[in-house]
Amino acid sequence: MRSHREPLFHLAKQGDVSGRRAWAIRLASFVLAIFIGGLIFLFLGHNPFRAYGEIITGSLGRKTALRQTIKIAVPLLGTALAIAPCFKMRFWNIGAEGQITAGAIGATFFALNYANRLPSPLLLTIMGLSGVLCGALWALIPAIFKARWGTNETLFTLMMNYIVIGMVKYLQGGPWEGKPGSQIIPNFNNAAVLPKVLGVHCGWIMVLILTLFIFIYMNYSKHGYEISVIGESPKTARYAGMDVGRVTRRTMMLSGGMCGLVGYMVASGANMTLYHNVADGVGFTAITVAWLSQLNPFAMIAISLLLAILDKGAGTLQTAMQVPTSISDIITGIFLFCMLACEFFINYRILFSGGRKKEAKEG
Amino acid sequence: MNAVIALIFNAILNGTPLMYGTMGEILTEKSGNLNLGVEGLMYMGGALGLAGAFYYEKAAGAGVNGLLAMVIAIACAFLAGALGSLIFSVITISLRANQNVTGLALAIFGTGVGQFVGEYMRTMEGGYIAVSNELKNFFQNAPFPQTLQNIPVVGKLLFGHNIFVYLGVLLALAMGFFISRTRWGLNLRSVGESPATADAAGINIARYKYLATVMGGGISGIGGMVYIMTIAGCVWNHEGLAGVGWLAVALVIFCLWRPVNAIWGSVLFGALMILYLRVQLPIPSEIYKILPYVVTLVVLIFTSLRKKREDQPPESLGIAYFREER
Amino acid sequence: MADNCAVELRKVSKAFGNVVANDNIDLKIYKGEILSLLGENGSGKTTLMNMLSGIYYPDSGEILVNGQQVTITSPRDAFEYGIGMIHQHFKLIDVLSAAENVVLGLEGPALLDLKAVSARMSEIARRYNFAMDPAKKVYDMSVSEKQTLEIIKVLYRGADILILDEPTAVLTPQETQRLFEILRSMKENGKAIVIITHKLHEVMELADRVCVLRKGCFVGERQVSEVTPQIMTDMMVGRQVTLNIDRPEPVEPEPRLRVRDLTVVNAEGITKLDRVNFTAMGGEILGIAGIAGSGQKELLETIAGLQPAAGGSILYTPKGQPPMELAGKHPMQIKAAGVAMAFVPEDRLGMGLVGGMGMTGNMMLRSWRQGKGAFVHRREPGALATQVKEDLEVVTPDIDYPVRRLSGGNVQKVLVGREIASAPSVLMTAYAVRGLDINTSYTIYHLLNQQKQKGVAVIFVGEDLDVLLELCDRILVLYDGKVSGIVEARTATKDQLGLMMTRLQEEGETDA
Repeated sequence: MRSHREPLFHLAKQGDVSGRRAWAIRLASFVLAIFIGGLIFLFLGHNPFRAYGEIITGSLGRKTALRQTIKIAVPLLGTALAIAPCFKMRFWNIGAEGQITAGAIGATFFALNYANRLPSPLLLTIMGLSGVLCGALWALIPAIFKARWGTNETLFTLMMNYIVIGMVKYLQGGPWEGKPGSQIIPNFNNAAVLPKVLGVHCGWIMVLILTLFIFIYMNYSKHGYEISVIGESPKTARYAGMDVGRVTRRTMMLSGGMCGLVGYMVASGANMTLYHNVADGVGFTAITVAWLSQLNPFAMIAISLLLAILDKGAGTLQTAMQVPTSISDIITGIFLFCMLACEFFINYRILFSGGRKKEAKEG
Repeated sequence: MNAVIALIFNAILNGTPLMYGTMGEILTEKSGNLNLGVEGLMYMGGALGLAGAFYYEKAAGAGVNGLLAMVIAIACAFLAGALGSLIFSVITISLRANQNVTGLALAIFGTGVGQFVGEYMRTMEGGYIAVSNELKNFFQNAPFPQTLQNIPVVGKLLFGHNIFVYLGVLLALAMGFFISRTRWGLNLRSVGESPATADAAGINIARYKYLATVMGGGISGIGGMVYIMTIAGCVWNHEGLAGVGWLAVALVIFCLWRPVNAIWGSVLFGALMILYLRVQLPIPSEIYKILPYVVTLVVLIFTSLRKKREDQPPESLGIAYFREER
Repeated sequence: MADNCAVELRKVSKAFGNVVANDNIDLKIYKGEILSLLGENGSGKTTLMNMLSGIYYPDSGEILVNGQQVTITSPRDAFEYGIGMIHQHFKLIDVLSAAENVVLGLEGPALLDLKAVSARMSEIARRYNFAMDPAKKVYDMSVSEKQTLEIIKVLYRGADILILDEPTAVLTPQETQRLFEILRSMKENGKAIVIITHKLHEVMELADRVCVLRKGCFVGERQVSEVTPQIMTDMMVGRQVTLNIDRPEPVEPEPRLRVRDLTVVNAEGITKLDRVNFTAMGGEILGIAGIAGSGQKELLETIAGLQPAAGGSILYTPKGQPPMELAGKHPMQIKAAGVAMAFVPEDRLGMGLVGGMGMTGNMMLRSWRQGKGAFVHRREPGALATQVKEDLEVVTPDIDYPVRRLSGGNVQKVLVGREIASAPSVLMTAYAVRGLDINTSYTIYHLLNQQKQKGVAVIFVGEDLDVLLELCDRILVLYDGKVSGIVEARTATKDQLGLMMTRLQEEGETDA
């Protein structure tokens, strides 16, 4: 007679999560990631404690290791900062990889052609500006199509990556090739190499300045305000008299410009040359950095350092414990998965049947 | 004439891994999930497919059965891809995380796993990993008798390919049929277009999204295995495999989300990948290689300008669904 | 009679937050009968029926289908009990064909036999005299074709209980007649039919029985043969209630906004406003009444510059200055021209406010561009936020607490507070008190009266006729994008407004 069944549980958006609870959940996911990573080491027949110890000492233990770790973190942080305004606007720019490469091309052009003709500081400035401009223009293209015709920006920016990377390959084997047949662009003249500060190219100072800049830009500038409003509701933005298309184009240029600056830093500071893999996946990894930091610039410092430690530290496991270097990508992946998953438990709560009426009243 | 035939033949060979990768992603995207981790899935499928065949042969010794080896390779690759996309599914469907970010994390994770397995096998087995020539031939040679292949002009083009080409074409046709002609395919399309409407019609959204994404991941994984076992010559070669997964994502757009288009689309992309080896044109070879992306971009722009409804991405692509959102 | 009862609702209640949408409603739906569920907008008709169709789940109460108690948690459950509902917002997938939409979600053999589906659809279409091409894609269909498809979809599923939510709103008179024929023949076949409407002549023409809801409560039921439109109007709008809203006399009213022949066509090419004429005076409150979707939203948004006008003019006359044309200007141009226009839109969190920001951030929505330099100025908006919080007694833990998490009343206080603070000369509000409790509503009325006394031209779009009659000076009634009349609020009656809103005088008695 009675076929009375109630849904077992349902989900509701969590209204008010205390900061402490949110951080507790994040910490738990971090511990879980370490645990899963440990299981993998165990499975491979290694002592997980020793493996994690190696990762820490291998990345932070010695001065040279620490410098390498910072060198890995610098482009990650710079690119994550660049992506933040786009993501805040809900514009899914996954073209950072290409924008970095475009910036590197722009910088390399002057490094190769004007190295003997200009004093080093001026040359480095021009290279930087050229990198920024190339990155910005490369990013502007998808923004124009998105603003005008609503072309899917995720797919558009993704395609743009491989086009510009292909162009570098062409330059490597063609006009900019060093020794004929080498497929390699010659190393930059010393005048075109970023000076080192405390043993690491001075890009680290630039990204720290950028961190401050993005923090201020996003939180205190009129542009940042427009970006926040558009991200929340384009309808409200129009109501407030904002030009959504214009802001989209401008923000993408800013983002691409910053990526271009990162490309310049990597080419001039770290590699001292240009090759097709100049971005080396940073554009993609930085997206996860930006997202996991909740677009908070200071959290980005921590997360990019964490990923750099994993990357550098796990890389040393090869020599110390005969574990292939690629373990670092696996461990990184596990950390990313755990941290992505944990946001759910911060944003939603699971209500079991009993909690239903109460929920409706709270509304 | 021979040059043209050779070009087409090699285009098909090079396009086949791409075809699997693309078909898998089409199935995934039809459910509204944008899984950018195809690159990782293909790595995983490639490494584990190779591992499956290699260790089977090692265990079976002289009594190795080519067909069984192939089944094992396919199964391993499929399971690897399916497992990878299961992680993606749990995080994006059940836990509603951002699909772009999760897909990129999967790309990092999957390439790591693939690379790790490839390297690990090499370290464990001492230096060089390869299956026997006999098995290699079984993977790489055509399943048809030589007489058929000797038919002038069309013989090689029709009957000269490895078995994965034929399986791929069959799978594409079957998938096209599934999506357009079956009840489940219809439901799947509706889930990708408008989950709210599908939900109102009583369709279990999560089930369709999970199944399509996991199956799609598995099919993409097979693509990686096909690359390793045919083009790469049954040895782990991560450099050759690098980028194929991203090209597959591009090909999905180029195919306008239709599996049957993946057949000729992959041949075209395969041709563009190897054209520089075969045809002397005053264009640098690297420019050839970006053509697939340029062509895809043109297609993407063109469809957004024309606004023809059938050619658009699934309406809810990339968006998590939550019934009580309002 | 018990055997004949298809569905019974017993003491069903549903609340959204602190708004009670349905309060202890008892309702019976009989086989072989057309029941009309009558009520004003917001009376809870649709909510009630959505609990039958599985969209909502009741907070309390019981639902019986054919005498058996049932639990309906999804549309699929509803289908299993033979309940099919045709919503106002169609649930169709654009890129699929009519036939594909019909079979969507149905059980059956794996292989789709669209030919058989088409054949059965055609048969249904023929039986009920519909025209429908099963192969036609939904994106190629007109609104009425889409509705036809929705009806076929429900019929295809063999529903015994058919609920239609304002089905005639999108139909031509001929199509309406055809729909009525179908409904009658379905009734002959013993199906139970519920039609949600606020058009009295449709009730008179079609229904056997009428149940009236008002403000979430069940008012009464009658056999249609025993009622007149007058009785139904009384039941629907209720006896005129005295609310004791203050109404100061207008101060030196002078024309502020002259709207002439304003025509608005939406993106789908449907005319939403058709040559609207009126003048809003400074120093008075002009009420706008009408059933939902009669063009209220388009009227306000076009004046605010958010929608383009297809024709006509909007002349704005500031105090002691020559008039200027507003039609064709963007919001920023309007602002730049020195027009102090304030707008409280219907969609508070989706349009008027940014839900994720605090009060300060939302105050900045009006002032963000002000001031020199690249930085936003937070001090003035912050001070304003504090002032609004104190003046209007906004309950919030902090002025930077996201407004999305405030209660509905406090959200509206933030919005209205900001708009009034801009010292407007024209203030437009859309459903300013919807969902608010009594106290907050009175606060809002008070604020509007203050503005009026300052000489502001206030335009008040409302749905509660009692409020309109007591608050406004004049009331403009919209019907289907046209002005059906402007009346003096002090002398007008609720009946009069009700009739103008439903055009009963002209259409109900003549065309029907």
